[in-house]
Amino acid sequence: MNGLLDSLRGIGARVIDSIWRMGVATRFFLMILLQSGQSFRRFHLIIREIYSAGVLSLIIILVSGLFVGMVLGLQGYETLQTYGSEEALGVLVALSLVRELGPVVAALLFASRAGSAITAEIGLMKATEQLAAMEMMAVDPVARVVAPRFWGAVISMPILAALFSAMGILGGYLVGVVLIGVDEGAFWSQMQAAVDFREDVLNGVLKSVVFGVAVTAIALFEGYDAPPTAEGVSRATTRTVVTSSLAILALDFILTAFMFRGV
Amino acid sequence: MQRATLDLWVGIFVVAGIAAILFLALRVGNMGSFDSASTYTVKASFDNIGGLKARAPIKSAGVVVGRVSEIGFDSTMYEASVSLKLDTRYKFPKDSSASIMTSGLLGEQYIALEAGGEEKMLEEGDALKLTQGAVVLENLIGQFLFNKSEEAPKATEPK
Amino acid sequence: MSDNLIEIHDLSFAYGKRLVLKGIDLTARRGQVIAIMGISGGGKTTLLRLIGGSLKPTSGVLKVDGVDMSGLDRDALYQLRRRMGMLFQFGALFTDMSVFDNVAFPLREHSDLPEEMVRDLVLMKLNAVGLRGAHDLMPSELSGGMARRVALARAIALEPSLILYDEPFAGLDPISLGVTGNLIRRLTDTLGVTSIVVTHDIQESLRMVDYVYFVSEGVIAAQGTPDELRASTEPFVHQFVHGEENGPVPFHYPAPPYADELELAA
Repeated sequence: MNGLLDSLRGIGARVIDSIWRMGVATRFFLMILLQSGQSFRRFHLIIREIYSAGVLSLIIILVSGLFVGMVLGLQGYETLQTYGSEEALGVLVALSLVRELGPVVAALLFASRAGSAITAEIGLMKATEQLAAMEMMAVDPVARVVAPRFWGAVISMPILAALFSAMGILGGYLVGVVLIGVDEGAFWSQMQAAVDFREDVLNGVLKSVVFGVAVTAIALFEGYDAPPTAEGVSRATTRTVVTSSLAILALDFILTAFMFRGV
Repeated sequence: MQRATLDLWVGIFVVAGIAAILFLALRVGNMGSFDSASTYTVKASFDNIGGLKARAPIKSAGVVVGRVSEIGFDSTMYEASVSLKLDTRYKFPKDSSASIMTSGLLGEQYIALEAGGEEKMLEEGDALKLTQGAVVLENLIGQFLFNKSEEAPKATEPK
Repeated sequence: MSDNLIEIHDLSFAYGKRLVLKGIDLTARRGQVIAIMGISGGGKTTLLRLIGGSLKPTSGVLKVDGVDMSGLDRDALYQLRRRMGMLFQFGALFTDMSVFDNVAFPLREHSDLPEEMVRDLVLMKLNAVGLRGAHDLMPSELSGGMARRVALARAIALEPSLILYDEPFAGLDPISLGVTGNLIRRLTDTLGVTSIVVTHDIQESLRMVDYVYFVSEGVIAAQGTPDELRASTEPFVHQFVHGEENGPVPFHYPAPPYADELELAA
């Protein structure tokens, strides 16, 4: 009886604690937006962050995109062949990449590559009192350190997702057309007939922007909120990857339900 | 010095991103075929549109000449009213006919436009008078079964 | 202009319900080096953070350069902080910037000086701490003592009137320790600043400071010039100055009697 009561109390405390954290996170997010004007006036700070979030994630994104596209080509061909419609391979590869896999897989990779790096970096800056030192020099760390990272990553995310999709379609083309020998004309023309720029491509880009905001906000908050110890930072890094992956998948469901419900 | 190479990389990154989006737009997607600018819209009413969707292609002699822009329901005539967005490059006589077809047995539905003989051409806002709705598979099968069952008793009728 | 840069009167501070500082009185004259000493966990660092404005006092008066710290909004606090430098325990250098950029950071953030001028100023500050030659090293390539000297150069970049030192001697070898101590004294004298040093290194402090405050359990337990303290017979000061194990500050953390805990009594 007592044990039950205790565990109930524990659950209650945890719920309250997480709601509390949610509130702090929201305030932090608003603070970033408030301080953003300053970082846009000093754009070279954002450029640096585009480099470390975007350019440094380029290789993993391109290579994964190519492989995902190649697998889609193989699997799609196997399935479509049984219905005698191999020409639809282009449609299958392009639609699944542009609508879903591009934004989602690129965001998941981005969370584990750039998101965790952001958390670790901010957490370490906090643990080694660099943020406190900045504050003592009358420089707001949110404006100088956090906001540029936010915008650098948010700008990088849709670019990475588009590159992932493009690379994937090339991978599908390589396997489908060059290796297996699906008719090249049918591959591209069916794709073009089925993929709509506004409905599919732009909605995919929009998705990746939303994912970019979510991943970066989570990564920055976890870093900023991490206990200033080695263990605290490493836990925060793990939490960033877990939380932002879940956030990506949940947001993807919501966005898909809104975007592609059909007319 | 270091800042310059960094800028270069970011520049390459952004250019590659724009190229990827252009690739998705032009090579993968169908932007550039037709959009807003050079189209005119005509109306057509169908008794049944079957599975026709907005953005379905409009074909004449197998060539895509436009797309379905809007599908609505006319509650006075109890018919489907469909807006057809046609490319201005392609002109059709006023008495052209539209029918809803299916590409392949289970494929997507599209509107086939057949040119008439009149000299006046269709203009923005005109309505197509001759239309033929979709063939609904269930009705076909129903009709077929009905015919069969009418035939059947005759065949087994005892002399 | 008042002769005292820092005036603290009857200052109290609590973390939540736990009272950390109770009724502190402290003054620092311009141009002095003041040491705040005491055992670890006695509230020294809290006092420093109050002076720096990172914490707000629960009650009492805290004035820095005539400005009452408790009523400041963020902008006014940032304005005041431009006249303060702070040296953190392990330097807190920005690890993603070179030594040069670290020292240039406050200059670039707070002034629109042309880059040549920034360069001259940075090299001057680095020269003052004897590390002009190390300007293109990264912080990871510096020893602990050097990192702290770079941080000191960064702290004096904007020519502050007050420098706060948080444990500047912790973890230094005897040579670096002496160098750092002398540097603090020399900078205070040549720049005419006021220095507040939080430390528990008694010997080094007595050698170079003007006045010492002992903080123990949230109150000022003793104060005086180094000579007065050396001669003091007060048990606490005597224990601290001579580093003895037995005295008012016990070696043992409060615990039940030893024999009971080992169950020897039975």
